[in-house]
Amino acid sequence: MVLDIRGLAVTFRTDRGPLRAVDDLSFSVEAGRTLAVVGESGCGKSVTALAIMGLLPPNARLSGSIRLHGREMSTLNPAEWRRRRGRELAMVFQEPMTSLNPAFTAGEQVAEVLRLHERLGERAAFDRAVALLDRVRIPDAARRARQYPHQLSGGMRQRVMIAMALACKPRLLIADEPTTALDVTVQAQILALLDELKRETGTAVVLITHDLGIVADHADDVVVMYAGRAAERAPAARLFARPEHPYTVGLLGAAPRIEGGPGGRMSRLASIEGTVPDLLHPPEGCRFAPRCPFHGTDCTRQPPLAEIEPGHATACWRAPLDQVLAA
Amino acid sequence: MLAWFLRRLGQIVPTLLILSVMIFGLQQLMPGDPALTLAGEERGDPQVLAQIRAELRLDRPLPEQYLHWVARAVQGDFGFSWRIREPVAKLILEKLPVTFQLAVMAFLIALVIGIPAGVISAVRRDRPVDWLANGLALFGISMPNFWLGIMMILLFSVQLGWLPPSGYVPLTEDPVQSLATTIMPAFVLGSGIAGVLMRHTRAAMLGALSQDYVRTARAKGLDERVVVGRHALRNALIPVVTLGTIEFGRLLAGAVLTEQIFTIPGFGKLIVDAVFNRDYPVVQGVVMATALIFVTLSLIADILYMAVNPRLRSA
Repeated sequence: MVLDIRGLAVTFRTDRGPLRAVDDLSFSVEAGRTLAVVGESGCGKSVTALAIMGLLPPNARLSGSIRLHGREMSTLNPAEWRRRRGRELAMVFQEPMTSLNPAFTAGEQVAEVLRLHERLGERAAFDRAVALLDRVRIPDAARRARQYPHQLSGGMRQRVMIAMALACKPRLLIADEPTTALDVTVQAQILALLDELKRETGTAVVLITHDLGIVADHADDVVVMYAGRAAERAPAARLFARPEHPYTVGLLGAAPRIEGGPGGRMSRLASIEGTVPDLLHPPEGCRFAPRCPFHGTDCTRQPPLAEIEPGHATACWRAPLDQVLAA
Repeated sequence: MLAWFLRRLGQIVPTLLILSVMIFGLQQLMPGDPALTLAGEERGDPQVLAQIRAELRLDRPLPEQYLHWVARAVQGDFGFSWRIREPVAKLILEKLPVTFQLAVMAFLIALVIGIPAGVISAVRRDRPVDWLANGLALFGISMPNFWLGIMMILLFSVQLGWLPPSGYVPLTEDPVQSLATTIMPAFVLGSGIAGVLMRHTRAAMLGALSQDYVRTARAKGLDERVVVGRHALRNALIPVVTLGTIEFGRLLAGAVLTEQIFTIPGFGKLIVDAVFNRDYPVVQGVVMATALIFVTLSLIADILYMAVNPRLRSA
């Protein structure tokens, strides 16, 4: 087990009171596998990523357990966490246009990780950086390494980010919406590259996305998040074959790429009514209840994330849902 | 790059030409007749006045006077001071090193205080250190130089007797004494600029620290000092460089009040004396030299700006 998260909670101190962005979240990822964290914006998926990286802002408080290769991270002091960042765990961000420093060349920025963690000299680090840029299929890598971010396309910049993240062969790679800002054709290339590098290095990947099409093609396991909590957790194939949480059902119905199959029985859920709850004042009990077409009186209590088949858990009092739908 | 440089140089010529017309024209608008001033006791004698006017070409049409002046100015000849009968170019070259020394010292003081204070202030935003730095910056910007100068003289020269209250010793003559005579005026001049630099550095750093690339730097596992000092500061300094060059140019133009208070024989004193004595050639020469310094510095600012901002280099 590369990453094991148990009961993770992140609370922000705000002027209007505490905001619990992530609540009681648990999941784990094994080496060479991809876990997708899916949900709408504001559901806590990016906060989860930053929590694992130890990059939460100062007004955030973290509780629960984050284990990386069996070692508890949440109790590490900031310096110990920092030493692992970039080496044992790395991250690729959503915005390739702004995530690279405009004042340094692409090669310098990749080389910096190697100089820091592998103690390479300037020359050796730069040579390795060129090799890495070549590895992420940047054509003419030696020339590109000497260019600044503004001289590179969005797809190329994201390749530089990936080269940077994988430079020290981390055990865990967190990719936060890595292709959202890119053209569709470039998206596919970048995701294929991530898959290939994952197979090659055995890195565990946490893929954060709102795009169910990406999940279907690239994830082994899925956690669906809603309003800071896990709504459903399942192997990707099972999730698409048999979505159990009404929110997941809604997401699949709202996702344009999923046609036929599960969409048939969900035609009346083509879009999800209502809006995401205010996390400063979350609803009592199930957070999806106010928007749920199946809600009942018991939904005023928080449903536990319970297994309904091996490896497939859902936080819903109505599960298994097909009985409800059949009725 | 070379094409850009040549084009930029080409822009300087019309700028200076227009400036020269304005400087020459302003001169004509100034009240008083220089011939009268120069004639002194003999101001009642029309023949003496006519002779002075002929000698100084004041009896010629204005365009001719202007062309004559410009033609010689491009050769570095700004004529003679009417008052002290010395070449203006020589006067300028005498005063320039004094003002230059003062400007460099003031600027160094401003940099050493202003940039680190701005960085610390941004990193410790809304903390006591930030309030303190902001308060000091406001003090530096808003205190009039003459007042700060007088207070420093009272404290360090009159009360403590550590530093000479006025005068100037050239650096080549006695370096220690030279620094002793210039440190107070340099601090007076530098304090205001330090405040301005601090405020701008703070704002630019706050902007840089909230950028995605700073988060990337942290995700690499870099020490916070490297994140701030390398990744954020490198970008934050881009606007500060331009500002710094302009402030340095203003220092070179001479600090009239500060030089008066500390009786430093620099540019500022030269131009004040010249204006009061209607010594037109000196005024014209000094203003023209100042303009040239400014134009050159703005060219240097552009080059520096390109050096620190790779986005402009390839364009």
